[in-house]
Amino acid sequence: MALLDVKNLGISFGGLRAVDKFEIKIEKGQLYGLIGPNGAGKTTVFNLLTGVYKPDDGKIELDGKNITGSKTIDINKAGIARTFQNIRLFKELSVLDNVKVGLHNQYHYSTIEGILRLPRYFKVEKEMNEKAMELLKVFDLDKEADFLASNLPYGKQRKLEIARALATNPKLLLLDEPAAGMNPNETKELMDTIRFVRDNFDMTILLIEHDMKLVSGICEELTVLNFGQVLAQGKTADVLNDPEVIKAYLGE
Amino acid sequence: MKKKMNLNKSTKSTLITIGMVVVTYIVMMILTQAGALSSLMKGLLVPLCIYAIIAVALNLTVGILGELSLGHAGFMCVGAFSSAFFSICFKETMAAGPRFFLAIVIGALISALFGLLIGIPVLRLQGDYLAIVTLAFGEIIKNIINVLYVGRDANGFHFSTKDFMSLNMEADGKILINGAQGITGTPHDSNFTVGAILLVVTLLIVLNLINSRSGRAIMAIRDNRIAAESVGINITKYKLLAFSISAGLAGLAGVLYAHNLSILQAQPKNFGYNMSIMILVYVVLGGIGNIRGSVIASVILVLLPELMRELNDYRMLIYSIVLIGIMLFNWAPKAKLFREKYSLKRLLKKDN
Repeated sequence: MALLDVKNLGISFGGLRAVDKFEIKIEKGQLYGLIGPNGAGKTTVFNLLTGVYKPDDGKIELDGKNITGSKTIDINKAGIARTFQNIRLFKELSVLDNVKVGLHNQYHYSTIEGILRLPRYFKVEKEMNEKAMELLKVFDLDKEADFLASNLPYGKQRKLEIARALATNPKLLLLDEPAAGMNPNETKELMDTIRFVRDNFDMTILLIEHDMKLVSGICEELTVLNFGQVLAQGKTADVLNDPEVIKAYLGE
Repeated sequence: MKKKMNLNKSTKSTLITIGMVVVTYIVMMILTQAGALSSLMKGLLVPLCIYAIIAVALNLTVGILGELSLGHAGFMCVGAFSSAFFSICFKETMAAGPRFFLAIVIGALISALFGLLIGIPVLRLQGDYLAIVTLAFGEIIKNIINVLYVGRDANGFHFSTKDFMSLNMEADGKILINGAQGITGTPHDSNFTVGAILLVVTLLIVLNLINSRSGRAIMAIRDNRIAAESVGINITKYKLLAFSISAGLAGLAGVLYAHNLSILQAQPKNFGYNMSIMILVYVVLGGIGNIRGSVIASVILVLLPELMRELNDYRMLIYSIVLIGIMLFNWAPKAKLFREKYSLKRLLKKDN
């Protein structure tokens, strides 16, 4: 059974059909790419998958569970975490605290226990710190743990967003243009990180990307969107050689 | 290794803040005992605690939650009147200690409840709606109390919103809340010691909250609501939590205020719009989100106009110049550089 199974997904904004009859099937452990020209509806698909928008029609199933129309926080609890095209970190919090916010639903103690500093506060906080540092180490951010998130260089901010998403312990990770604004070296490093995350966290990853080098380098399967509709779908090499896809990207 | 440092850092900062209050308290107590304080200064000790508490409370809403409240004087008013009402009801029947303790709990809880009631519809919205609604709340609560008459006789309580006569009490009836005349005869339970203890309690609540799981969630919502939602934070829950704690602490300041005066009236000058703005000034000048700053700013700004009384008309002029000065010192880029260059920490490090 596919981990993510989307059927006939659609949404309109006024008269504009932003996404129409969108279908995708992602198997567990896959690295899947979603590409398409600007304005094709890629981020809208992400917003539909994470409950930011409610779909007008269609069905979204995660691991056999219907999550169509659920709230963002319930979808996150069900196992989808995401990053954002325009980085959305908690800027005034430290790097460590950003990850600890991600761990929020994994570790529990009540507000009262926190205010009164009962023993459970210290115990759980210690566990959270250890877990968060472990995650930061994976992304080579452990030395910057005390920095404010907004003081990190751009590439590291992108990494921190991925670390924060992973902290929520998801089954499926959605990356929205993770390589946007990165130089070729940073992109290459990012590709390694994404592969590492997939292999070491048993993660399934769906990513939006414009950088064809990154897409052809790491994605096993692709879906191409154009004007809100699926233009092509399948193995990366096949899709990229599809004349329709080339036409959509380069024009005639 | 690092995580330990991090934990210590926030704990250390909390301890410094609490230590500052305790040291100030001890110094003031010694000065009072030695008779070195003028009666003006002695009279200011409790108000200092009141305004420091409410500034910290408002900073929780403005700086930590990131929502604007223009009606914190209204919550103070709710806390003041509910606790004063309780205190005069049980003035004869209870000992002063437990009665004041209960009054504190009641005042704080009732204004927290009001915070919750206002927050439930308003905090679901995005935008500056909280500012508008709290502004209205502050004015409404003040006006309601000004037309509220409550009396008690052998038959129980009587309420009216018209006048004293329409309470229809029997001859032995006693009026408790007398409309615009407010509550008279509240026991004088507040003193500097209680004020300092409540300030420390307030600081501990707010600082411990900030450095806990819930506090991080609240600040995450402030920094980026959409991202907070995407990592599974319940936005409404944590907004309500922060706002009702903030309202409850404002009520605490109100309790202290009510029991420091024998006549409690809801006037524009103590619970009106100007007071709410005054508290906001303490918060902004102390640094938004900076709890220790709120305490320092409120102390300076409460003391200043009082100490300059001899200057008569010039004191508001000087007051405003000081406000501008603090603002520049806090926020101007050049001043920031200067502070970093000559910060105490740095100078101490150089010596070593």
